Formats: sequence, structure tokens, C-alpha cells
Amino acid sequence: MSWIDVGHIDDIPLRGARVVKTMQGCVALFRTGPDEVFAASDRCPHKGGPLSEGIIHGRQVTCPLHNWVFSLETGSAQGADNGQIQTYPLRLEAGRLLLDGDALSKRTAA
Amino acid sequence: MTKQKLVVIGAGMASGRMLETLSDLAPGAWDVTLFNAEPRGNYNRIMLSPVLSGEKSYSEIVTHDAEWYEAHGVTCRFGEKVTAIDLAGKTVTGENGAVAYDKLVIASGSTPFIVPMPGHDLEGVIAYRDLEDTNRMIDVAGNPDAKVVVIGGGLLGLEAAAGLRLRGVDVTVVHLNSHLMERQLDEAAGYLLRRALIDKGITVRCSANSKEILGKDGKVRALLLDDGTELPCDLLVMAVGIRPNVALARDSGLAVGRGIHVDDQMLTSDADVLAVGECVEHDGAVFGLVAPLYDQAAVAAKTLTGQSACFVQKELSTKLKVTGCDLFSAGDFAEGDGREDIVFRDPARGVYKRLVIENDVVIGAVFYGDTTDSSWFFGLIRDKTDISQMRDTLIFGPNMQGASVDPMQAVAALPADAEICGCNGVCKGRIVEAIEAGATTLSEVRAQTKASGSCGTCTGLVEQVMAVSLGDAFKMPATAAVCGCTDLSHEDVRRLIKSQELKSQDAVWQELGWSTPNGCHVCRPAINYYLLADWPLEYRDDPQSRFVNERNHANIQKDGTYSVVPRMWGGITTADELRAIADAADKYNVPTVKVTGGQRIDLLGVRKEDLPAIWYDLNKAGMVSGHAYSKGLRTVKTCVGKDHCRFGTQDSTGLGIKLEKLLWGSWTPHKVKLGVSGCPRNCAEATCKDVGIVCVDSGYEVSVGGAAGMDVRETELLGKVATEAEAIALTTAFIQLYRENAKYLDRGYKWVAKVGLDWVKSQVVDDLENRAALIARFDLSQTVYRKDPWAEHAAQAETYQPLADLTLEAAQ
Repeated sequence: MSWIDVGHIDDIPLRGARVVKTMQGCVALFRTGPDEVFAASDRCPHKGGPLSEGIIHGRQVTCPLHNWVFSLETGSAQGADNGQIQTYPLRLEAGRLLLDGDALSKRTAA
Repeated sequence: MTKQKLVVIGAGMASGRMLETLSDLAPGAWDVTLFNAEPRGNYNRIMLSPVLSGEKSYSEIVTHDAEWYEAHGVTCRFGEKVTAIDLAGKTVTGENGAVAYDKLVIASGSTPFIVPMPGHDLEGVIAYRDLEDTNRMIDVAGNPDAKVVVIGGGLLGLEAAAGLRLRGVDVTVVHLNSHLMERQLDEAAGYLLRRALIDKGITVRCSANSKEILGKDGKVRALLLDDGTELPCDLLVMAVGIRPNVALARDSGLAVGRGIHVDDQMLTSDADVLAVGECVEHDGAVFGLVAPLYDQAAVAAKTLTGQSACFVQKELSTKLKVTGCDLFSAGDFAEGDGREDIVFRDPARGVYKRLVIENDVVIGAVFYGDTTDSSWFFGLIRDKTDISQMRDTLIFGPNMQGASVDPMQAVAALPADAEICGCNGVCKGRIVEAIEAGATTLSEVRAQTKASGSCGTCTGLVEQVMAVSLGDAFKMPATAAVCGCTDLSHEDVRRLIKSQELKSQDAVWQELGWSTPNGCHVCRPAINYYLLADWPLEYRDDPQSRFVNERNHANIQKDGTYSVVPRMWGGITTADELRAIADAADKYNVPTVKVTGGQRIDLLGVRKEDLPAIWYDLNKAGMVSGHAYSKGLRTVKTCVGKDHCRFGTQDSTGLGIKLEKLLWGSWTPHKVKLGVSGCPRNCAEATCKDVGIVCVDSGYEVSVGGAAGMDVRETELLGKVATEAEAIALTTAFIQLYRENAKYLDRGYKWVAKVGLDWVKSQVVDDLENRAALIARFDLSQTVYRKDPWAEHAAQAETYQPLADLTLEAAQ
């Protein structure tokens, strides 16, 4: 694992999100609680909506384009919709947000 | 079997209740002889105050008359004093002879305490205890110049004073303590009570020590205080307390302390003698309020019939029966170690509430001015409910509590006089009456009571009252819940946010029992809107509870780019503004430039990262956000008006600009579009807007509720006004009414259809005071929201950029 420091948790508003540009596309970091963050693909599998612009509630995000709801823990679409977004390991250490560089590159390999 | 002989001494309230219970339990089993020193049977002594004040007559307060006693086999010896009890011989001797008993019940009551100061035996010095005293006071009140002094500012003294005052008497209350009713009230409530009594015209002297009653010709003339003040009076009422009437019992040899000692079965020290009422002492306590006396009476009756029963002392509450002084007190409210207070004051309404808490249990409560929830609080005290979970909101009463977020429970807990329909002033009791009289549907209730017949926001409440009253017979119409996070409807939530003064999202989730930690994409924007609309100063708009367009102040397009629409006030622009827009379009490679239906220009296809920069450029040219993305004021479409048009009657363009500059930035339940046309040809298409103004020669026709989207509707006339200022006022008030009452995402026309144009008119056209209040609230909200979000967001451009760009690192 190679943890990459991408920022501070306070750079993300509570129940907000920011994106990190990667070679594999945008990864969204979702802050679901004061000390809780998740990383997942920013792209909704339905019509490509930017999930980082969705409303975050509990540990879920709603896509801003057509209201698909995804679990940030599993990446699965909720309710009647079928779909999956890639989730990524994310560590929070002393307020710093650490993304796993290996996981990001593995996706290319796959 | 021969009947057992029961003798009862005293025909007061405890005695009456005891005989009643006894004849229910064992009809005809007893041969009863009833002595009473007063020449009459039982009346409701606590209702003497309404008799004094003239609100009731004596006949209305009689509870047991001669016929009742006769019908229940009671031999009455009224007006006859009992002189002796012979415990060994089991006889009671009255003035007219002795009678034997198998069982004896002493209910000799209490005697008023007369302070033995000089002059206490003068003619015209009375207590306030029975009908004779009451009649004396009523007689004195017949003299228009009558003056009465009441010694004692407790429950009884104040009721006497208030009753006399209602009869026009000049009354002075003299009270030894520094505040009134010190046994039931704390100082703050005592102060409010005193102020209310003074407002009624009663003179109140606290910390006043009576020294002597002055007389003339053996008749009372004045009360002399120890500071030398003389208070002239024709009658002096001493209401300083009562003493249990124990002389007979003591003389007979029964165990007596302050009162006649009784055990839990109301038995005295003699197994064949019971005692009930104000004459007894149970476990160290004596009694003056009616509730425990009734409990004692029931226990005594059961003991007599051989049933097991146990008298338990309970917490007592006090309500003062003085019209206009709503006062409640219960439990213990002295200060002490480990005791904490929760205090609520509303000086404007004269409301004071205090709860005393010890070990997470409410042990005392004092309310003044608003006692609506007192029975609920009394329940908390009596049941020793653990209140730690609801402590923060406890003082606001049961409607505020998580436990009763089930709206049915909350409604069931409402007292009969709780107002349900604010528009028509209909209380719960009136609705229940209508239901009991046969109304089974909402429309029937509405027809009979007018409840929910106006603005309709209480419809849910009315239905809940019906459900509570009718039980299964009433089918609740399925009101649409906001979303899956709650069972409450939008109307419920709006009402509760206002009534429970919920001022944060956390308060809403907590108090309204949301099933999710922080809502969902459906409810959170609605709650965010309701909070900011109702509490503009207290609540801060939460961008994370907004749909992306409102968070990013631009409209997201299907490819993730945004559209940018600068405001053009009233559709008027300048060459400089157009140049700046053109420059921006070039600079940011805007693929599409479109003229909108709202008379402005849309730049479509702007990347998110570029938003702050393009805003900055447009700001520099003097332009601000057009809010083309918001549930708020969009545009005010105008025609050119009388400056150019040969048909124009008024300055429609100028009015449009004024309205837009006044209203912009405000958030509304859904988008709001306006149009102002300079003549009835209506080139601005004003009559399909949320608010449309059509100028005519004589003034302005303000109409509302139009639509030209999924539905097409023509506006309806709200009012015709003569001046531009009135047109602006009417428009502003209408929009504020919409802001305060509509369901989130209901366009104006939908909302007007729900509440009815007549109601809207009654609020903003007919009621000028209300119109002004609405405008004032709108203006207050605008002090927060009438500002350019672009300028604000351009200054935090970094938040529109990616948090990190790992593509660069990877390239290295």
C-alpha cells in the first residue's frame, strides 16, 4: 500500500464532498460525519452524474442528476436501481486524508 | 338482618363523597344519621369564589340536597351541633339528644384561623369559609362605596379579593410575606400575580404586618399596620389559614395531634370511629385541598364495607380560580442542594414557567400565564418520570417531546381549550363537541366548527383530533409523508418547526423523531428551507442540504457543466453589460449563449472550475447572480411601459426593476417569477406568472397564482391598488405568506389552490396590520439573504477546484 496525502478533512464540508483527479478519473471523497470519510468513484453508472455534487445523507449519496442513491460503504445502488460504484480505501490520520495509490493503479490494471 | 347504625358528623365535601361512595358500595345497608352545624347539606365549597364573584349562584353549587339525603336513607340533623361523643357507650349527643352508633365517621372539617390581634372580635371581622361568610361579603358589595380589607394573600384570600373586586368593591389585600401565595408560588410568579391583581384594581400590600383592627361602636373601621398605615374598611376578611376542627374528638379521648390521627384505612385510635377530611392528620400531614379529601372519603367508605383500601398521600397541584390569572403550582419548588431549575420567561405575554429538577425527576412546577400543559407536568411529578432524555426541551411541554412525536399522542394530550385552528379560533374541545354531536368526517367538522376551513394548515391536527375521538371509526386519510425518513407530512413539519421553535436541523431530527441520522435528499432541502424561512436570524442556510444548483449557484447540465445567468434587472441591460457577457463567453469558451424566456442571457457549458472566475468577471462589470437555479426569485419580466410605448399607462419597467431589487436573493418554496405589464395588452405575459401586475390608468392590478409550465393557468386577481408603493407592498406580503406557509416545491399556484384565494386575500389585502407584519418579516429575512452569492463564492474559488490532482504526480 502506498498512502497518498490528498488533503485535510476540514477541506471537505460536513456532509459535503471534494474530488481528487486521478489517472483513472475523478475519485470523490465524501465526508459523512465529523470524523468519517469515504472514497468512491465520482461517476454515477447511470448517466455519468458527478456524485460529489449529490446530497450526502447518512452513509449514502444521491446522484444530482436522477436521484440514484449509493451506499458509500459498499458502493451499491440502493432501492430499485441496480448499479455499483468503485470504492477506495481511505485513511484518516490526524486529520489528513490518505488515499491508497495502489488501489487507484490496480483499477487500471484490471 | 338489621341495618347497622352509622353516624356522620359534618356534611361537608368529604362527608358527602363518603356517603355517596358508601351507598354505591352497599346500598341500603346502613341506617345513617348526619349531623351538620351549618343549616344545610353539602355544597361545593371550592365553588364559593364564583358565587362571591357572581359567576355562579348558590343553587348551582349544591351537591347534595335534602332530597338526596332522604332518597339515600340519611336522617339529617342539620343546624344541630354535636356536643359530645361517648366512645365507650358508642353514642353521639347533639343539641337535641343522643343517637347510638355502630360506626362513627367524624368529618368535622376545619375552622378558619382568626389571628388573635386586638379587635379581632369586632363586628365585621369575618373569615372566608362558608356560605354565610360569602353572603356577608356580597351584602357589603351592595354599598357602592364599600371598602374591604383582606388579610392573607393565599389562595382563599386572593379569591375573596378578586370576587369582591368583580362586584365593584374597593379591596386591599394585606399579606405578611414578601410575595403572594408563597406556599404555592416562587417570587417570580408571585410578582406576575401581584401585577395582574393590581391591573384588576386590587390594592396589594406585601410584607405588611397587621397590628390592630380598629373599631367604632363595636364595628370594624380600619386595619392598622405596624408601620402606622390605617386601611379603612367596612368589612375585614381574615383568610390566613385553617385549623382542623378537633375539639369534639379530643374531648372524647381520641388521639389527636394537629388533626385527628388516622391510619391508612382512615380509622382513628378507636376501631369503630373513622375520620375524613380537613379534620384529620395522616402521617403528619393535614389537608386543605379537595383531591385528597375525596380519596379519603372513598377509602373510608370501603373500610366501612369491609373492603381493603389504603389512603396514600399524593402530590398536589394548585390552580387559582381567579379569572384572568392562569396559575399553576405543584410539588416542591424551594431551592436546595442538588436541585436545578429550568426557567422559561416570555415577558411580552406575561408567561413564567419554572421546573425544579432533582435526580432527573421533576419535583416541582410553577407556571404563570400559560398553564395549558400543566396536567402533563403534574403527571411527570406524580409519576416521578425520568426526564433526562427530554430535559433540553422539557419546559416547552409535551408537544415538544420525542416520546410524543407520535402526533396522535400529542393531540390526545392536548387540553380541551388548546387552540387547533388559529384562523378561526377553534379549540380542541369545540371539535370534540362536534364529533360527539355526530360529525364523522372532516367536512362535517369543518362545516360545524370552521376548524381548518381557512388556511387549512391545521387540517392534519383536526384529523388527528377526530382520530383520537372516534378511534377506529375514523379512517385517517393518508397524508403524504415528506419522505421515508418520517411519517409527518410537510404541513406537520412546518407547523411543528414554528410551534416548537425548532431552529436547527438537529432539533428537527431529534424532536420530530426522524428515522435517519440527517435526512435524505428529499427531506433535507425541505427542512433546510423551512428553517431558514421561519428563523432567518437563528438558522444558517446549509449548502450541503441543497440541490447541486443551489449549492453551486449555477445550473448543472447533463454533461456536468453549468450554465451561468447574470441578473438583468427588469430585463434591462446595457451595452457594457453585453460586452462583459460576450468577453466572458469568449474567455471561458462558452459553447452556447442563449436568450432566456425571462429576458436575460444564459451562458451554457461552463466548467465547474471556471465558475468562480466567470462570476468574478461578471461581478466586475456590475452584474450579480440571476438565481436562475434557485427556488427563489427568478426574474421580473417587464414590457417597456409608458416611457416608450404609446399604450403604456404606468412605468411598468421601473416597477419591475424595483420589485426585482427588493425581492432578489430571497428563498421561496419553489421558484418565483414575476411579470409587470404596462397595459392590459400584457406584453410581459404577467398573467401567467406567480405574481403578475398589470398596469391600468387607475393603478395596478396585482394577480397571483399563474403558471406556464407543466400546468398553464391564468393568475387570479389579488387586489387592485392605486399606487406603485401599494403594489409593491401587496406583492411582498404575498410572497412572504407563500414563504411562510407553502409546502416545499409547491409552486405558488398550487399553494393558492390549496389554501384558497379568499384566505390569501384575508391575510394580505383585508388585514393591513398583518400585511405590514409580513413585509417586516420579509425585510428581516432579506437583511440576511439579499446579497450576491457569486461575489461570496468567487472569493472561495479553491473549493471549486479538485482537492488534489494525482494525474500530475503520476506524470512525474
